[in-house]
Amino acid sequence: MNRRLLLLVPFGGVLVAGAGFLAMLERAQEGKFDPREVPSMLIGKPVPRFTLPGDPGFASTDLVGRPVLVNWFASWCVPCAEEATVLMDLKRAGVPIWGIAYKDKPADTAKFLARYGSPYARLGRDEPGRVAIDWGVTGVPETYLIDAQGVVRWRFVGPMTPDTVSAELQPILRKYA
Amino acid sequence: MIPELGHFALALAVAIGFAQAVIPLWGAARGDARMMQAAPALALGQFIAMAVSFLSLVWSSVTSDFSVLTVAENTHSLEPLVYKITGSWGNHEGSILFWCLILSLCGAAVAQFGKALPASLRARVIGVLGLSGVGFALFALLASDPFLRLWPPPPNGRDMNPLLQDPGLAMHPPMLYVGYVGFAVPFAFAVAALLEGRIDAAWGRWVRPWTLAAWCFLTGGIALGSWWSYYELGWGGFWFWDPVENASLLPWLTGTALLHSAIVVEKREALKVWTVLLAIGTFSLSLSGTFLVRSGILNSVHSFANDPARGVFILALLGLVIGGSLLLFGLRAPVLSATGIFAPLSREGAIVLNNVLLCSIAAVVLTGTTYPLFADLLLGEKLSVGPPFFNATVFPLAAPLCVAMAVGPMLAWKRADLAAALAKLWWAALVAAAVGVVAAFGARPLPAIGFAAAAWLIFGALADLVARIRLFRVPLGASLQRLGALPRGSLGTTIAHAGLGVTIAGIAGMSLAQQAIVLLHPGQVAHVGGYDWRLESVGDVAGPNYAAREARIEVSRDGRVVATLAPQRRSFPVQQMTTTEARINTNLIRDLYAVLGEERDGGAVLRLHVNWLAPWIWLGALIMAAGGLVSLADRRLRVGAPARRARPAGAPA
Repeated sequence: MNRRLLLLVPFGGVLVAGAGFLAMLERAQEGKFDPREVPSMLIGKPVPRFTLPGDPGFASTDLVGRPVLVNWFASWCVPCAEEATVLMDLKRAGVPIWGIAYKDKPADTAKFLARYGSPYARLGRDEPGRVAIDWGVTGVPETYLIDAQGVVRWRFVGPMTPDTVSAELQPILRKYA
Repeated sequence: MIPELGHFALALAVAIGFAQAVIPLWGAARGDARMMQAAPALALGQFIAMAVSFLSLVWSSVTSDFSVLTVAENTHSLEPLVYKITGSWGNHEGSILFWCLILSLCGAAVAQFGKALPASLRARVIGVLGLSGVGFALFALLASDPFLRLWPPPPNGRDMNPLLQDPGLAMHPPMLYVGYVGFAVPFAFAVAALLEGRIDAAWGRWVRPWTLAAWCFLTGGIALGSWWSYYELGWGGFWFWDPVENASLLPWLTGTALLHSAIVVEKREALKVWTVLLAIGTFSLSLSGTFLVRSGILNSVHSFANDPARGVFILALLGLVIGGSLLLFGLRAPVLSATGIFAPLSREGAIVLNNVLLCSIAAVVLTGTTYPLFADLLLGEKLSVGPPFFNATVFPLAAPLCVAMAVGPMLAWKRADLAAALAKLWWAALVAAAVGVVAAFGARPLPAIGFAAAAWLIFGALADLVARIRLFRVPLGASLQRLGALPRGSLGTTIAHAGLGVTIAGIAGMSLAQQAIVLLHPGQVAHVGGYDWRLESVGDVAGPNYAAREARIEVSRDGRVVATLAPQRRSFPVQQMTTTEARINTNLIRDLYAVLGEERDGGAVLRLHVNWLAPWIWLGALIMAAGGLVSLADRRLRVGAPARRARPAGAPA
């Protein structure tokens, strides 16, 4: 190769890398690029088998029949309180939401729901946090869409916002309704 | 008032830096001696302004002036004084200001110690340093102003991340930054040489001490960081191939290569183009490391406030510095002609091999660090590259490096006799083989290879020394005389190479560590690694800005008490964080390492380790850095340093 061209190779390499990083930053600003995000291994797979106590509590077999949004939350989690209004709006829109209280005492959960309102059609309790391990829950809040066959279709980490609902949840809800 | 003074000083530094960039570079281009002569004063001025700015920030932090945003967000009035000081650079804004301070210090140092440099080269070096200094100072001023006020001031600050409240970490970032930024000087020399269109032996002689100094600091900084993660994070490891760790390792690898290739430029006037590229590459990697950490596009345990908008600013800045210098390299490097010719089997050849291997390791680490990002961007795939990849790719490259390292310093320049070099090394090879065989009986193959490599490096370095001072060939007194007369440069080589051997022995020993996680009730005993660990009690302890639970563990062997360890779990109410304080007892052969975990049913979960040779890892790094310092003291590098000339001969230093 021409020696002059060879000496320009580092410059070219840096240009390409720089363009790549710029694209990453732009997408990060739009919320489309998040290296921290860990994809759920459950997507496309049936919900792990479980039975949770609560009022009335539910088991994995109960999730079959219609699409259900399963929301993991806890009274001690501040973002969960932020998310409460979004969930209430979803409930009013007729989306069935089932809640699982993660590592939370029943009395605290009750107080939390009394304060922010309960969007949950059914409520399960995972006080020891064992079922959360099977689901691969990384923290609360975390939300899963389970289709009518009991297969996990979507997961969202962190509090959902009205934007998340319109941009991500609504299209996928329509798809599996 | 003080923060405004700091803000003003920062703006002043930008202005002076601008002048420092324009006037000397322009003067050098026009051959105007008076414009070139302005360079040192401007560099000094920028440093003074920057120092005033930085001290204002430290002052605000020490006096707990919570009307300053960064102080309110990163310190607390109850914090010990030392952490109020370190808190001023333990955050994004403060660390960028600190970065600028060191960069301006580099300019001032070149101004001060570079009086014997050719006028145009000095003007250009200082000008280039000024140019990059302006960029970073502007970044501090426009995108991460450390003096932003907060009104009304909160009654108290939000405290520093408890993990960072540690004496080891008080020292780690400054050392690391001095190392990173120190490579700005070889970079500036490289760019100046491209502008001049000329590189000679003198250039090599000037670049080397700056590279060495930066390299010593970087080595120390990396070692401190690794030591900190060993005792503070409490995970029992010392290196996690975390992106931020890799970001510091990359410039170290290419900086080490630069250190060696600069010798070839100096001694033989060969490898010029390559050395210039290494100098640019090393500083570029230092800069990119910071960018990747600050922009939030790397997933890491090292947290700073991440902000993509800030990332765009840094990226643009890096594009100018790195892209600009590499474009200049592409256009101007053909002008630099090589003169020295050497046979493949020679000292130069060995250094080329060293460069190829070090840069291959750097390329592998760079690929492993950035591949997940690009896979996500281009293919939408989420994947992580972890220790298995790095171990599988770095070890095979490090092995030939170790083998060659002991031989290289024995080879002659131009054309060498391999047989003669190996003849001096036969006993080192014998010791290494014996160590390897003995270790293979007790350990798995990989650690055994590690021990053999360590012995080869340490005894190979010794063999070199023995051959040079003709130990046992001439009377002892004559040998010692020869030792005293040995150039500091080659003594430094011996020490640094042996230091790497010590580090490798530590890493190999660490891979034999024994550990267990146990649930003990007070009075119960666990047996781990041949020691009996007895939990005496668990109690409460109060600290200045935290409350802690402390376990008392008595460690004994064959009924004899060896150590008492008191690991803690601290909770910091202001930051709402819990840290584990591991407790370590060391006798340099093994570390007894205990971490207190959760408490359950009246018992405590303890993580207990026996880490063999662990301290050697950092001891080796210290020895390497010491080797660098000894080499820095070489007479050859001091030639022309006026401070030395002024001192009467024989006076105590």
